Amino acid sequence: MSLTPGVAQTRAGNTKAPATPTPTRQRSGRSSHWGATAILVLGALYCLLPVLWVLIASTKTPGQLFTTFSFSPSFTGGLTGNIRGLLDFKDGLFLRWAANTVLYAGVGALLTVFVSAAAGYGMAKYRFAGRELIFRLILAGVLIPQVTLAIPQYLLLAKVGLVGSYWSVLLPSLISPFSIYLCRVYAMAAVPDELLEAGRIDGAGEARLFRSVGLPLMLPGLVTVFLLQFVAIWNNFLLPFIMLSDDSRFPMTVGLYALLNQGASQPALYTLVITGSMLSILPLIALVLLLQRYWRLDLLSGGLKG
Amino acid sequence: MTSSLQPADAADLAVGRGAEDRRRRTFKAARIAPYVFVLPALILFIGFLLIPIVYATWLSFRANRRSGGGILGQQSETFVGFENYVRSLTDPLLYDALGRMLIYGAIVIPTMLGLALLFALLLDLPRVRLRSATRISIFLPYAVPGVIASLLWGFLYLPRVSPIRRVFEQIGLPPPDFFTTSSVIWSVSNIAIWGGVGFNMIVLYTALRSIPTELYDSAALDGCSERQIALRIKIPLLAPALVLTGIFSMIATLQVFNEPQTLSPLTNVISATWMPMQKIYTDAFVLNDIYSAAATSVIVALVTLVLSLGILSFLQRRAFGEDR
Repeated sequence: MSLTPGVAQTRAGNTKAPATPTPTRQRSGRSSHWGATAILVLGALYCLLPVLWVLIASTKTPGQLFTTFSFSPSFTGGLTGNIRGLLDFKDGLFLRWAANTVLYAGVGALLTVFVSAAAGYGMAKYRFAGRELIFRLILAGVLIPQVTLAIPQYLLLAKVGLVGSYWSVLLPSLISPFSIYLCRVYAMAAVPDELLEAGRIDGAGEARLFRSVGLPLMLPGLVTVFLLQFVAIWNNFLLPFIMLSDDSRFPMTVGLYALLNQGASQPALYTLVITGSMLSILPLIALVLLLQRYWRLDLLSGGLKG
Repeated sequence: MTSSLQPADAADLAVGRGAEDRRRRTFKAARIAPYVFVLPALILFIGFLLIPIVYATWLSFRANRRSGGGILGQQSETFVGFENYVRSLTDPLLYDALGRMLIYGAIVIPTMLGLALLFALLLDLPRVRLRSATRISIFLPYAVPGVIASLLWGFLYLPRVSPIRRVFEQIGLPPPDFFTTSSVIWSVSNIAIWGGVGFNMIVLYTALRSIPTELYDSAALDGCSERQIALRIKIPLLAPALVLTGIFSMIATLQVFNEPQTLSPLTNVISATWMPMQKIYTDAFVLNDIYSAAATSVIVALVTLVLSLGILSFLQRRAFGEDR
């Protein structure tokens, strides 16, 4: 964001003859200005529409939901009533789902970052027998969809007797070939060999080098990997959907889906689904907006060349 | 270790035994270290990726058979060869699902990437207002998981609640029905497009920002319009990022499950075998035929792998052909 005015200035400043700008360029620039802004605003409205709707709809009591125009908010205490109803639902099951989501997506993504950072760093900074084979395996893993793996993972975990436990969702989420790939690309770019050599001459062990040289230098890339993986786990609906049957272990997505399913026969539950959706996306939107400035997405598009 | 070595360090002996010793030890540590770093990932990779695939493949060649016959007959798992594959590949329901998936992909991928590219190019224009506000708004849906996006859109579609239908009625137009057999695929596609445009836009926009602006300046001096700069300079330079977003969109298309599954309680036009992944789910958990489900899983995974490798090498050859 802060770059934008600077770029505009250099572009204007670099024009050799500012006194005699070509009229065609100026005209096209001015017309694209409002046209482009209008298209972007339309796009923004399209993207905001459902989010605005859920904010408004969650202020409605179950009766109002079906009788009033759902884009005009109600101020009759519907929102507090809905939130209370949601928190009271089955002794606070909703909060359970929120905590479970934090466990699966938050703790899961954090552990993935550690596993992937170590593997990526190891493959980027050392030459060892089998390195190419492992890297090729991981690249092939990137191309296999998570969802097609969910049923094989279920079949295997059913054999081991882990189905239904927290582990059955957490463990399969920890392996992310794409995260490993990104960590390797980032470690190659961000951790100079000279620094590691200097550390070795000073007598630092390999684990210490990773902890105090590798990890800090890789941090911006790791934030990106964390966010991508957080969203990926939180988006993977099929895995918890097939693994879990006890609703106290559900993440938010499976819980709200189950509520919606019951809502087909009890429309009063729709209000709970809407309020629950609203409450669950707000923290995530806040997280993404907060962390987006630390994103290194050039990692993604640069990755193909590396 | 360090304490015994320090005297050698302090004295700085050129051929001290300590230094020699340490060099050998660090050499050995440096040889073992990479394996230790890679080990956790490798164990998880083998345990939750490789073994499940191998196990599913094994199961896909097996089935429950009754031996003996009559009421006393016992169910037991036996090897049946390619029987599951034949059954899966001759099931018309699978082809219906694959057909829907192709239509869905043909709607979603070009629309989503086209809009993402358009927004990225517009954001990169020199004199655009509301740049960061619109960029963040368009990116916002990335934070909303597919299931919840489908819940929100599902209510916007649902006849009894839909504000869109209400607006049409107010103006006096016939309200659109989002849940007919022909319109529902557009309704599902819209959710995927809504969820994916922002992320792809940011990837493309980030790639655009890394292009040195001198390129545009010289083009502008030569009298190029912004449109020509976009078409002749920016889009060709975006090729690697477009390949990447294209492949990820294709993989996402092959595994579409969340959106139709979440909408299905709201309407009866989405069957239990509407998309390939839903069919696999239904085979495995509703019909309790894990063997067929395993066979179909293997087919879908193989098709994905072959398609993405094929497209990757084809596009890379085309996109980077001049470099080699």
